[in-house]
Amino acid sequence: MNRIHHFLDAFGSGLIMTWRAFAMLPAAPRILKRVSEQAFLIGYTSLPIIAILCFFIGAVLALQAGISLREFGAKEFIGALVGASMARELGPVMVSIILAGRVGSAVTAELASMRVNSEIDALTTMNIPPERLLVLPRLLAVLLVMPVLTMMANLIGWFGGAMVCEYVDFIGLSADTFFRNLQTHVTFDDVLDGLIKAEVFGLVIMIIASNTGLRTRGGPREIGLAVTKAVVLSLVSILTLDYFITKLLA
Amino acid sequence: MASNRENILQRDNHRPVAVEVTGLGKCYGSQEVLTDVSFRVEPGEIFVIMGPSGSGKTVLLRHLAGLESPTTGQITINGCDPTLAETRDRFALALVFQSGALLNSLSVYDNLALYPHEHRLGSKPEIRDRVMRALRILSIEHAAHKMPSELSGGMRKRVAIARALVMEPQLLLYDEPTSELDPTMAATIAEIIGSLREEYAVTSVVVSHDRDLSLTIADRVALMHEGRLHTVAPPADYRASTDPVVADFLNPKIDLKNPRFKNLEAKPS
Repeated sequence: MNRIHHFLDAFGSGLIMTWRAFAMLPAAPRILKRVSEQAFLIGYTSLPIIAILCFFIGAVLALQAGISLREFGAKEFIGALVGASMARELGPVMVSIILAGRVGSAVTAELASMRVNSEIDALTTMNIPPERLLVLPRLLAVLLVMPVLTMMANLIGWFGGAMVCEYVDFIGLSADTFFRNLQTHVTFDDVLDGLIKAEVFGLVIMIIASNTGLRTRGGPREIGLAVTKAVVLSLVSILTLDYFITKLLA
Repeated sequence: MASNRENILQRDNHRPVAVEVTGLGKCYGSQEVLTDVSFRVEPGEIFVIMGPSGSGKTVLLRHLAGLESPTTGQITINGCDPTLAETRDRFALALVFQSGALLNSLSVYDNLALYPHEHRLGSKPEIRDRVMRALRILSIEHAAHKMPSELSGGMRKRVAIARALVMEPQLLLYDEPTSELDPTMAATIAEIIGSLREEYAVTSVVVSHDRDLSLTIADRVALMHEGRLHTVAPPADYRASTDPVVADFLNPKIDLKNPRFKNLEAKPS
């Protein structure tokens, strides 16, 4: 019972925090500098790991597809398979997982330590809402950055798949054929669906990270626990929402 | 309803405020931390709340700052509820936290400029003047571009006071302003608290367990004991008091042979 109460309490406070943050949108021009700082932090620092991960995901996907499809003589469809999988599913999900682990954890740790060190209380006494100063810039930044990161992830994944097709002997498919097939079968809607997913996941991750951080009480141990909680909750939310959004967009 | 900025611009900075606490009680779960606390702080007064650790001083101060809501009773600042944002705007309540609570990601200058910048209280040069004036009063202009992590404990306290000054407060709340400071720095902080009252006509509420500071700077002193207000009196009355709780706090006896700690002595294995 206590756990349910705690969950509902956290869920409610997350909704209120998000509402308060977006209610301060008219102040957005004044926080542009913070938004750009956060966008840089989220995008620039995550990009190398996203690039490595998505390159190899595209490569492995092409390799696995090559092994299976050569038996049916359908190797030329590798482009369609890798293209659609990356665009619709793996691109947004992988970017979100990296965002949860890398950025979400850092946001939770930062806000939790600000709470524990009375910095949030200091803002309250100065009548500066933490939702305006700390939450809104992060929410706007993640909304700006997620489509860009996801598109980069898609392109790098597709490139990884093409490299495998070109240079792995038993597949022996030219990159040109790979991309032509991809272009034929992957539609704009496939890419758009992925971008919609990425926006939703990014927003959810940032709301969970910020809310968990701001609700932290105690000391260093509680900061650590808050970070773990935020990352686990983000991952569960991403995969759960993924199913429902896919169903909704189908 | 007027916006934050309008409330701030309309306030009368040169009129100190009165604080009225009536029957204040606070419980965290089943634990009662404050019980039936009542007192009044007059405009422009330096009111010191002292008492041993765990007596509820800081919780009381957090209520005055509007950071906590009472379980029973009420607090008013010139008749207004301090938990409301409008009250904090109208009367400029500033709290100097025990740890300083400076924003670690901002430089000292940015910490001080945050309040006027966020509430759009002037152009950049005006905000700069306001910040530098506060830094000059506390003699810490040289630290303007340092990060909080580069400051000593005493410096952090001074920066926290400077940040409060930038708000041009009518009610200035201090939480243990001299804790963790050497006697010289503690004396400096005491002088600063006294001179700010003279210069800015602010009402000051100071929470401290430093009896020298409390009895030196206060107009009146409240002694907290086990979550209750034990005594409210001028410092002179404390010095002359024969009350055992007051005497115990002001002049604790040190018994080097206290039998309570007998079993702490090393025993041969």
